[in-house]
Amino acid sequence: MFKLTCRAAGRVLSPGLRCFSRGVTEDASEWAQSPHLTEQASLYVHWPYCLRRCSYCNFNKYIPKKNNDHIMTKCLQWETDTLLQLSQVACITSVFFGGGTPSLTHPSTIAAILETLSKRVRLSDEAEITLEVNPTPSGMSKLDDFVRAGVNRFSIGIQSLQDEDLKSLGRDHSSQEALKTIEEARRLCPGRVSVDVMFGRPKQTVESWEKELSELLRVCDDHVSLYQLTLERGTQLFKQVQCGEVTVPAEDVTAEMYQCARKTLQQHGFLQYEVSNFARHNSVSHHNMSYWRGKQYIGVGPGAHGRFVPLGEGGVFREARTQTLEPDVWIREVQQRGHGTRRRIQLSHLELLQEVLVMGMRMTRGISHKHWELFSPEMGLHDIFGASMDDQELVQSGQLILDDRGLCCSWDGLALLDSILPTLLVELERHFLQRPHRDHSVFTDGQTKTTSSPQ
Amino acid sequence: MLNISTFLSFSIKDTVDLSKFPADRIRNFCIIAHIDHGKSTLADRLLEITGAIAKTEKNKQVLDKLQVERERGITVKAQTASLFYSHQGEQHLLNLIDTPGHVDFSYEVSRSISACQGVLLIIDANQGIQAQTVANFYLAFEAQLTIIPVINKIDLKNADPERVESQIEKVFDIPREECIRLNLEQMLRRFCKRLPVASTEDPFKALVFDSNFDHYRGVVANIAVFGGRVRKGDKIVSAHLGKTYEVNELGLLRPDEHPTQKLFAGQVGYIIAGMKDVKEAQIGDTLYLQDQPVEALPGFKPAKAMVFAGMYPMDQSEYPGLRSAIERLTLNDSSVTVQRDSSLALGAGWRLGFLGLLHMEVFNQRLEQEYNASVIVTAPTVPYKAVLSSAKLIKNRRAVQKNMVYIDDQRVMMKYLFPLNEIVVDFYDLLKSLSSGYASFDYENAGYQAADLIKMDILLNGRPVEELTTVVHRQRAYSTGKAMCERLKDSIPRQMFEIAVQAAIGSKVIARETIKAYRKNVLAKCYGGDITRKMKLLKKQAEGKKKMRRIGNVEVPKDAFISVLKRKEK
Repeated sequence: MFKLTCRAAGRVLSPGLRCFSRGVTEDASEWAQSPHLTEQASLYVHWPYCLRRCSYCNFNKYIPKKNNDHIMTKCLQWETDTLLQLSQVACITSVFFGGGTPSLTHPSTIAAILETLSKRVRLSDEAEITLEVNPTPSGMSKLDDFVRAGVNRFSIGIQSLQDEDLKSLGRDHSSQEALKTIEEARRLCPGRVSVDVMFGRPKQTVESWEKELSELLRVCDDHVSLYQLTLERGTQLFKQVQCGEVTVPAEDVTAEMYQCARKTLQQHGFLQYEVSNFARHNSVSHHNMSYWRGKQYIGVGPGAHGRFVPLGEGGVFREARTQTLEPDVWIREVQQRGHGTRRRIQLSHLELLQEVLVMGMRMTRGISHKHWELFSPEMGLHDIFGASMDDQELVQSGQLILDDRGLCCSWDGLALLDSILPTLLVELERHFLQRPHRDHSVFTDGQTKTTSSPQ
Repeated sequence: MLNISTFLSFSIKDTVDLSKFPADRIRNFCIIAHIDHGKSTLADRLLEITGAIAKTEKNKQVLDKLQVERERGITVKAQTASLFYSHQGEQHLLNLIDTPGHVDFSYEVSRSISACQGVLLIIDANQGIQAQTVANFYLAFEAQLTIIPVINKIDLKNADPERVESQIEKVFDIPREECIRLNLEQMLRRFCKRLPVASTEDPFKALVFDSNFDHYRGVVANIAVFGGRVRKGDKIVSAHLGKTYEVNELGLLRPDEHPTQKLFAGQVGYIIAGMKDVKEAQIGDTLYLQDQPVEALPGFKPAKAMVFAGMYPMDQSEYPGLRSAIERLTLNDSSVTVQRDSSLALGAGWRLGFLGLLHMEVFNQRLEQEYNASVIVTAPTVPYKAVLSSAKLIKNRRAVQKNMVYIDDQRVMMKYLFPLNEIVVDFYDLLKSLSSGYASFDYENAGYQAADLIKMDILLNGRPVEELTTVVHRQRAYSTGKAMCERLKDSIPRQMFEIAVQAAIGSKVIARETIKAYRKNVLAKCYGGDITRKMKLLKKQAEGKKKMRRIGNVEVPKDAFISVLKRKEK
């Protein structure tokens, strides 16, 4: 209780400022009012450690040799502070603790990072603060403390409700433990618990998936993320499939699993708002929404990615930034220079638009004209995609919708997005290169700045 | 490309006083052999021993100037070099022409031979007489050249020079005593002694046996002087065109161009005479002095293309660039025939004729390496003549045996009559693999014969793909059509709708494959962390999309054509 008060006190320093209103549907008018793109960002914090390696996972994670949580915590705080300063944002709209297994950390780590954050920028009381949780008994026992540390949303990686599958995937929990964790999380953050499930697993059939899904729907809260298992090079599962030890369902089968899950979830009141994400009662993930809407984000921790304008050093272009992958090296770099940014790539206006397009089209509602105009005031969606033969074909075959609201995929089209995007990208590039060039004026992240020589 | 001049050291600096070399001390020779019997290596050693190049470890395939030659370790273009060698106290000028060994390039060989008085016939001590040893021997024999057999690679483990000597005796009727087991000194001595001397004191008369195009100086013609002399400033006439030129530059090739004041009877060298177009320096043409007309030399039969391929630019905007690249390259390789062609899907392009598959591959590689041009190559086809009456099959695609000769107790030479399209495709590879590399093969064109051929179309969702239309033998239509459909199925990526791939003769579909539509193609996870990788992948796909050919609504990657037309068995 004490911690919660502390954090609340920290936020009192910037009273009454709500950068992100609660509620699912932000309509176009909200965009018009939304603060300038460079004034706010979301924050992703990466905890790189896991207890064991899951057979399918190729994420940046490490099995720690010794406990250095303390140093890791200090460095995450430090890097958060450095990058916030660099970005010059006034407000952090949401925080996401991902990994690795961030639920392995001590809740005080979360509290410390949030405190660092609150000292530097505004963080609304209502801002979404999500923690990824592995549904193990030890993870569950700490949920209470995590909430006290400031977490207000849980994303639980249950992956499957079949114990046999959990074992073969190398997960460190049972289905029973998963159910208990969901229950506890729902008690602590009602309406703000998400579950991750995976389909296309070895030996899975459409029937078994349907059964599993209806079982899940009985216990889950208001948010579900569905992921198709992808075989990643370098994972144990990849090798097993390569040598024929394990077989995964064929493409047609996984396609059916996806479609059947979409239908089932819809029948249970879940609205699909993105390729893999479903919510009811407006419980969408604000943090993830801001990625798909092309907003700024700051990535802290080993291997984290960010997209922001480094205003603090006079930057005018959005940069794609990647932190050093390996935790020990990252720690050394943070200790030496306050951050572990390994790679910075300036995004050109075209590249920014490409990202806005690719990310935006993942949402069921797609990209509104207003949303697009924010990034591309000179060329509207109709200008770019309205006249092209290829795009017309996509519209006529019912994959793509271009109307008064904006550009989005149809129900069928969304499942084929990766086949649609190349066509859209070709059109975007063609129009972009053909547009009349205005000398010395460079579009930068939502505004036009005049520079004589772009950096 | 390696710059040869960097390690060349001339035995005679700057000016070569050619008056020192009257015709009786000049010998023109070339090295001919089966592929891989060591011609180019031998040429390197000859250049070293006569001081044309310094002895270093780096001297590998010095005469092979083209990048493709060095990469593939083969000689494509005949190269020329002049060597100086002291025999019985007198300096001799030896003009060496290194020739390609592969059967595809025999045109280059016959051109080189015409400029020589003698040949070194190289035979690998391990492999013995091979198909192109025989073919090249006959080229030289018919040209009435002195033939000196040289047995190479005698220090190899399985070398059996005795057996090779008896083969030579039996097949070529050359006494075994005349064979030289690789000994450079002995070889050069034999040259100076045995090779006939070029005629002299006649009016100037020279044979153009090769030509190059130089961006700055125009056409560089390689000539063999058969009579008289020519010097800078002389007015010369091309017998073929009747056009007059003034000699701007001339000289020897050793192996780089080495300018001199004059060229004499018996010499082989180069000449630059203000020719703007390589067609002006026709291979086989005779050059003479304006005021001393001579009877033209017999010249050459034009090269006969054996394999045809369509070549198209990746993008029509690249057409002019590709056209000039092909023009320039064909200047350098006149055995390639060029005809303009166009295809609905690929746009304007050319139909090129080559001497063989390797020749085609090498040409393509040279286009890429030397002219930075990328092209789409469509099916190699062989020429057919359509006959209006009902065509008759001579024999079920099988070859007709013509004769069979035992070279020795281990080798047999067989002659067959084959339909050309049976051998241009994969016959050679098949033969090699069946015989574990021991069998060798050569061919010559035996003219047109009637056969039962039909035109087969390939359709994508009902639309014919023009560049895949092929002429096939009626009995092989089904299997060829099926194989092509299968390969297309494998090389066209799934799309958002179903694609029917069909082979048809007229309106009758004889084979069909179906490419199923994608039902789901979207990456499940895409958040902040993944996006860089994801964007890269999508941009690559978008780039690839620009390069796709559209047949109706079907997008076909250009590789698909190539993989269908590449005749590799799965």
